[in-house]
Amino acid sequence: MRYRLVLSEMFIGLRRNLSLTLAVIVTVAVSLVLVGAALMVSKQVNLMKGYWYDKVQVTVSLCTTTDAASPCNSASVTDPQRKLIDQQLRALPEVEQVFYESQHEAYLHFKEQFKDSKSLVDNVTEAELPEAYQVKLKDPKKSDIVVSAMQGKQGVADVYDQRKLLSPLFNVLGVFRFIAALTAAGVLLAAVALIVNTIRIAVFSRRREIGIMRLVGASNLYIELPFLLEGAFAGLVGGAISVLGLAFIEAFLVHGRLASAISFTTFVGWSDWLSVSIWLMVLGVVLSTLVAFLTLTLSRATRV
Amino acid sequence: MIRFDRVTKLYPSQSRPALNDVSVEVAKGEFVFLVGQSGSGKSTFLRLTLREDKPTSGQIHVAGKDLARLTGWKVPGLRRQVGTVFQDFRLLPSKNVSENVAFALEVIGRSRHQIAKTVPEVLQLVGLQGKGDRMPDELSGGEQQRVAIARAFVNRPMILLADEPTGNLDPATSVGIMKLLDRINRTGTTVVMATHDAAIVDSMRRRVVELEGGNVVRDQSRGVYGYSH
Repeated sequence: MRYRLVLSEMFIGLRRNLSLTLAVIVTVAVSLVLVGAALMVSKQVNLMKGYWYDKVQVTVSLCTTTDAASPCNSASVTDPQRKLIDQQLRALPEVEQVFYESQHEAYLHFKEQFKDSKSLVDNVTEAELPEAYQVKLKDPKKSDIVVSAMQGKQGVADVYDQRKLLSPLFNVLGVFRFIAALTAAGVLLAAVALIVNTIRIAVFSRRREIGIMRLVGASNLYIELPFLLEGAFAGLVGGAISVLGLAFIEAFLVHGRLASAISFTTFVGWSDWLSVSIWLMVLGVVLSTLVAFLTLTLSRATRV
Repeated sequence: MIRFDRVTKLYPSQSRPALNDVSVEVAKGEFVFLVGQSGSGKSTFLRLTLREDKPTSGQIHVAGKDLARLTGWKVPGLRRQVGTVFQDFRLLPSKNVSENVAFALEVIGRSRHQIAKTVPEVLQLVGLQGKGDRMPDELSGGEQQRVAIARAFVNRPMILLADEPTGNLDPATSVGIMKLLDRINRTGTTVVMATHDAAIVDSMRRRVVELEGGNVVRDQSRGVYGYSH
């Protein structure tokens, strides 16, 4: 196989169809940016959920010496208090399961959740994070009963339902993700249609060469490789542009705007961007090569 | 070298078969004219030999291969042993003479070194020495057909199929092309040529297979074009 020859055929093909190639690259890039955005939103939601969100409904955090505010007043929870809280929780009919989270465990979960925000992790010590009972309910909607039952008990710093705080935000993010995914699907369809057309036109404009290649005994692979590479190249460039676009969003929108405007949570970081980027590149190349391959196979124009 | 055993070819859109129970054997090194009117089945015969199409029934062997058993990915291997020349030359207008011939070697993966060695040799053989840099549209019809023959022969195929190779050429030029095909035949290459040109067939005195309506109506070892001419 003469690789340089095949590659030069690919570039000749791409140049000949420059406007269509550009259209393919742009649509692939736009659709992949949207796919990437949807993936990043999913990662953001998972990031904000932390360790306990999908496992429990109510968090009963206990007093520590570092908690100077009422009701703790810098007095740590005592062993008898802790024992009583444990018993009372388990006695409630709404409670299905109770997990105890020590300060050390809380610190580990915190570090995992905010691993992309080094400054946040560095500023928090294990002693500042309260130990807690994480409570799973038989009926998640009945969190109010548990919250009011445990609020104000000796040694209890706070009782809250994490979902009540986060679910409105997650709903918004979910809608955003849905719209992004739907638009991505639409643009992706346009990209596929464009690739099909590009390949067909490329085959048509080279039908004379293809006819001669078949006649003198060129293999299917040799005949089809330039077209497959055209598809793969467009997918690669489209994928690369989408990765850059996503980096732009990450740098200017997430880090630049959101992070300074909203301080109560952390945001998806560059490690998330990297893992999404790999998927986008793979998706771009595989999808466009596959579409090119199917176009060639179904049209049969290049088949010996 | 080529054997048709009771081959019938029916095209879906036609009621009459393009080839009807045809049995022909062409030995190694033979020169065979395939004659007959348009639609008599000559082109179908050549298409089936190249396995551009499969017969409806019957068996075809080409260069020792049973075409019915030849899987798709082995078809290129068959075509490398069968050179093909057409009435309309089928050259690439954007490539010069040498590049057109070299193209046939490039696409089957021959090395640059080998191509550089082989192409001038075959151009010499077809009488185009020194014209490697010309573009196809700078050449006469006869010269273009010589390029096409060089391309078909550059891989030293065992069989050369020619479909009306002189159909676009004047009689004097045609004689030159026939001399070239004859010389190629003398190197041991089997040549099958479909033609309408009675003068050429009559002057060559080679084997003639005549087709009419898909049937072989005549097979003579030193024949002429036809009784009516």
